[in-house]
Amino acid sequence: MKPPPFTYHDPSTVAEALELLSGNDNARLLAGGQSLMPMLAMRFVLPDDVIDINNIAELSGIEVTGGGLRIGAMTRQRDIEFSDVVQQHCPLMREAILQVGHRQTRNRGTLGGSMAHLDPSAELPTVAMATDATIHVASAKGTRDIAMADYPAGYMTPAMELDEMVTGVSFPDWPAGHGYGFVEFARRHGDFAITSAACLMTLDASGAIDRISLTVSGVGPAPVRCRDAEAMLIGQHPSEDALKAAGETCRAIDAMADVHASSDYRQHLATVMSRRAMTAAAARAAGTTGATGATGKGE
Amino acid sequence: MSDRRSVTVSVNGKTYTREVETRLTLADFIRHELMLTGTHLGCEHGVCGACTILLDGQSARSCLMLAVQAEGREITTVEGIARGEDELHPLQQAFMDNHGLQCGFCTPGMLTTLIEFLRDNPDPTEREVRVAISGNLCRCTGYQGIVAAALDAAERLRKEA
Repeated sequence: MKPPPFTYHDPSTVAEALELLSGNDNARLLAGGQSLMPMLAMRFVLPDDVIDINNIAELSGIEVTGGGLRIGAMTRQRDIEFSDVVQQHCPLMREAILQVGHRQTRNRGTLGGSMAHLDPSAELPTVAMATDATIHVASAKGTRDIAMADYPAGYMTPAMELDEMVTGVSFPDWPAGHGYGFVEFARRHGDFAITSAACLMTLDASGAIDRISLTVSGVGPAPVRCRDAEAMLIGQHPSEDALKAAGETCRAIDAMADVHASSDYRQHLATVMSRRAMTAAAARAAGTTGATGATGKGE
Repeated sequence: MSDRRSVTVSVNGKTYTREVETRLTLADFIRHELMLTGTHLGCEHGVCGACTILLDGQSARSCLMLAVQAEGREITTVEGIARGEDELHPLQQAFMDNHGLQCGFCTPGMLTTLIEFLRDNPDPTEREVRVAISGNLCRCTGYQGIVAAALDAAERLRKEA
């Protein structure tokens, strides 16, 4: 398999990249290449121009802002994996990134690439949904911010114009000591998950849940926030029964079906993965444990 | 009309310059332009791991990069791993001694992946080794020999250190 012919560009600034994108409705940005290169090889995409943004230094970096982290679009997944700052501010992301592909792909793969590709079960968009992240995008006309809730326009389609690119993502902090859990079910470690779930949680002095975020991916066309489960649990103690009942509401997600799993099975996995993610988050919020069991087996 | 560029890379310590089509993958560049056919191509879309090389010391799938993206970079392929003409790398020797290969197709990717892994994690558990090679498919060995070889190599390398 060989990529189709295209004209290659390798700008060194965002401004040059945006100029190349402007008015070109059949160009593709080449970030880490871990999705675009296979799509080129299989001729799923036939761009006239490939704009390689790997030489744009200003797009890389992890920055601590007032209320969270701002991570540049071309920051490698490897750099996120090994970042103490990420571990400190967003341990959910660290737990999730260990399940993103493999070492060889994380060495090249980028945050912005994952966000723009927007696979329905990709881990980083799931973390973005869980943390109410903001996606920073730019075009030759200017910049704008998109709330993660508004970012997926459909299956593998971000709500961006053809001349826009992702420049970074801001992940708001949760309070120090919050609980978190990221679990997924995949056929092979590192493959795209069939279904995954991410949970963030804080408990009040009495041990009741005072804040919770629950996201399920790989079921709908994009990550879904499970608002019914969240609402059900506010003010409740995270007992096994309460978390199981809340997880059960995830069965209502409108589910995709494909060669890997039927919609019924994905809905079943949504209940199991969400319960496991909530259980891990609750235990950590209470300060009782650390481990979550990365890849789900059975059930 | 094809889009062409000159690319200069260092592979296993030797510098090569070639003019190539910009759409040429790094894997095809290594095999067809440099005639270093130790790097194997299985799936050509980033699943099997056979084409893994070290790019500035970090493992990467060479089928998922363009040759022009390697401009000015240092690449190590399986041909560059051995200590010398008559001396294998301890990892290679451990593969031989532990039946870490049968047909040998996945071996270049396994070796390059594990060299980076053992450098960063010199004393891994079996579980960590299995996760480390989860991106490399082997259809012969059932992985047992490969895992044994990796653990054996880790011990050999620790003794050297």
